[in-house]
Amino acid sequence: MKSARPSALRLLLAALALVAALAFSACGSTKDDESSSSASSNTSSSSNEANPDAEIKQGLKTVSIPKQLGNPYEEFEHSGVDEALKELGGSNSIKGPTDASASSQISIINAAVQQKPDAIIIAGNDPDAVAPALKQAAQRGVKVVGMDSDVAADARSVFVNQVTTQLVGENQVESIGKQIGYKGDIAILSATANATNQNAWIKVMKETLKKPKYKDMKLVKVAYGDDDDQKSFQEMQGLIQAYPNLKGVISPTTVGVAAAARYLSKSPQKGKVKLTGLGFPNQMRKFVKDGTVDEFQLWVPKDVGYLAGQAAAALASGRITGKEGEKFEAGRLGEYTIGADGEIVLGPLTTFSADNIDDFDF
Amino acid sequence: MPADTTATPPTTGAPARDAEPTATGGARLRAVLGRWEALLIGLLVLTAVFGQGISSEFLTGDSFTTGSLDLSEVALMALALTLVIVAAEIDLSVASVLALSSALMAELWNGGMPLELIMPICLAAGAACGAFNGLLVTRFGLPSLAVTIGTLALFRGLALVVIGDESVTDFPANYTDLAFGNFAGTFVPNTMVLFAILAVAFGVLLHATPFGRSIYAIGANEEAAYFTGLRVKRVKLILFTLSGLVAALAGIVITLRNSTAAANVGQGFELTAITAVLLGGVSIFGGRGTIAGVILALLLLGGIQKALLLSQSISSYWIQIVTGALLVGSVLGPNIARRVSEARRRGTSHTPEEGSTT
Repeated sequence: MKSARPSALRLLLAALALVAALAFSACGSTKDDESSSSASSNTSSSSNEANPDAEIKQGLKTVSIPKQLGNPYEEFEHSGVDEALKELGGSNSIKGPTDASASSQISIINAAVQQKPDAIIIAGNDPDAVAPALKQAAQRGVKVVGMDSDVAADARSVFVNQVTTQLVGENQVESIGKQIGYKGDIAILSATANATNQNAWIKVMKETLKKPKYKDMKLVKVAYGDDDDQKSFQEMQGLIQAYPNLKGVISPTTVGVAAAARYLSKSPQKGKVKLTGLGFPNQMRKFVKDGTVDEFQLWVPKDVGYLAGQAAAALASGRITGKEGEKFEAGRLGEYTIGADGEIVLGPLTTFSADNIDDFDF
Repeated sequence: MPADTTATPPTTGAPARDAEPTATGGARLRAVLGRWEALLIGLLVLTAVFGQGISSEFLTGDSFTTGSLDLSEVALMALALTLVIVAAEIDLSVASVLALSSALMAELWNGGMPLELIMPICLAAGAACGAFNGLLVTRFGLPSLAVTIGTLALFRGLALVVIGDESVTDFPANYTDLAFGNFAGTFVPNTMVLFAILAVAFGVLLHATPFGRSIYAIGANEEAAYFTGLRVKRVKLILFTLSGLVAALAGIVITLRNSTAAANVGQGFELTAITAVLLGGVSIFGGRGTIAGVILALLLLGGIQKALLLSQSISSYWIQIVTGALLVGSVLGPNIARRVSEARRRGTSHTPEEGSTT
């Protein structure tokens, strides 16, 4: 052991020397960072007021951070950010973690900030865990846009929400009402009984049904398919058998609506019982083509990203600061107004039917 | 532990005497070891050049701050794991103990307990997890690989039971700032100061105490160590307990650093920690390796991760690929080196004349 010690000591010294070298190079750049961050904080304080007429800066650089790489839905969403930035003469790079954890996202945020982009667009894995890293980014003059799943409100300037709870509830009721002539029994095929978003949507649906327009529609049952294909299939079967007068079913879950459509497509009730819900066009295409489903709804993920990219560019150019009531032009999507807590809502659900379903691939 | 060492003074000398006949072999090993660590320094320099080529932001205090912060927990766990692996055992459950500690911390915090009381409880729970591993290995004679694969799932499952699928985020800011912040205005994160303190402690324990020497003796040849009177089972039990304890500490650190507790925290950290240990020149078969080497390996891993993260074009998948390749390489490298040197030795001993004439 004794002979090992001198060599270990030498190695430690060498390591220390290396760390010291790193430290020296760091000192220089730490100062550098300070000056640049103070400069940017100056500019941001001077331009604290939004200037709607400000030119969109050329060559904007953004980094968009998905929850996880390799998820087709998210890739489609973030391709929208690419589209927006390209359109505005800038560029976006998508940097995501390989696992959907907050700590991997923090590493990515930190690395992204070091590259001094104009803005970061993030779909957060955890609202609070990523907040300190995002706040540090903001301190260095990087604008932060949340999208899809929000981060802590004080850690970002704006949040692009694909849709609100209210809109999902209202749009879905209108979709089924339209198909059944606003008359008759309807049922809901949900996911799990304690799914927060599902229950919030169902609550809005029940309130919406109280409106005079829907007075002849009656909600007879809320069934739970647990977001399991087989269970949802059986629950749909049960609904059809238990309620012979059933006119329509709303299934606001992608798993549920696909399973329900599969059951209906083979059932004598095909075309008689109407089905709507939240579904992916790729999963629902064949049921729309074979006449099982007239229409269903969802937001377009690419538009979520596109709007977030536009918002990031508007922020980085000083057109908006994230205050409630500020307006900005979001390219092909038109004008948007920032709501309470910096929230920007993409809009009502997009309805997919035989007319437009082939325009979407997700 | 002091009782252990004073009660059996002859044993502390025994491995040294035992080692004497193989002193030349030991020296050769050590020479290889020296070369291994030199190789790591070489790789570090290479990473520095490569990283700076990828982004001019690589050699900055920022990179060190964020890069080392990312590796805080892995680095802490690697220290205790070094001792376990030197003793020719393995502990795959460390990341799950980390998660359990994090979940426990969240649940007790939700229950209204003060953090000052929660932290010792978490550490004790971690130590208990480690001791559980240790007891299964030493008392039932089970291979640690199998035991800790089992407890990897078991402890992670317990974490899920404790906290469910919720996540707790309202930890007090003075603690989270401490875990997230830097030391006294420098670019060195507080977590790295903690790591440095523990690294010195584990370095002294492994390299400068009779207990440390007994770890090497057990790792090199368990049976011989046993017959020279070393309390093999006891040493191993202590090492597993230490590993659990440090993993629980890492759990506290990651919870405060991210100000979030969730059951899925730190998934896969055990592989990175083991990679760091093996890359640091610790033999997977036990008996050799240094804390200094592991520290170098952590620097190297952190450097590579940072360089890949800073790249505009390289996908994050490459971090996994490179980590995996380094793990394989660090097991394969010394193995090949040993075979080559054995072959050479055999060659020279068979044909001494030929060797002298050429």
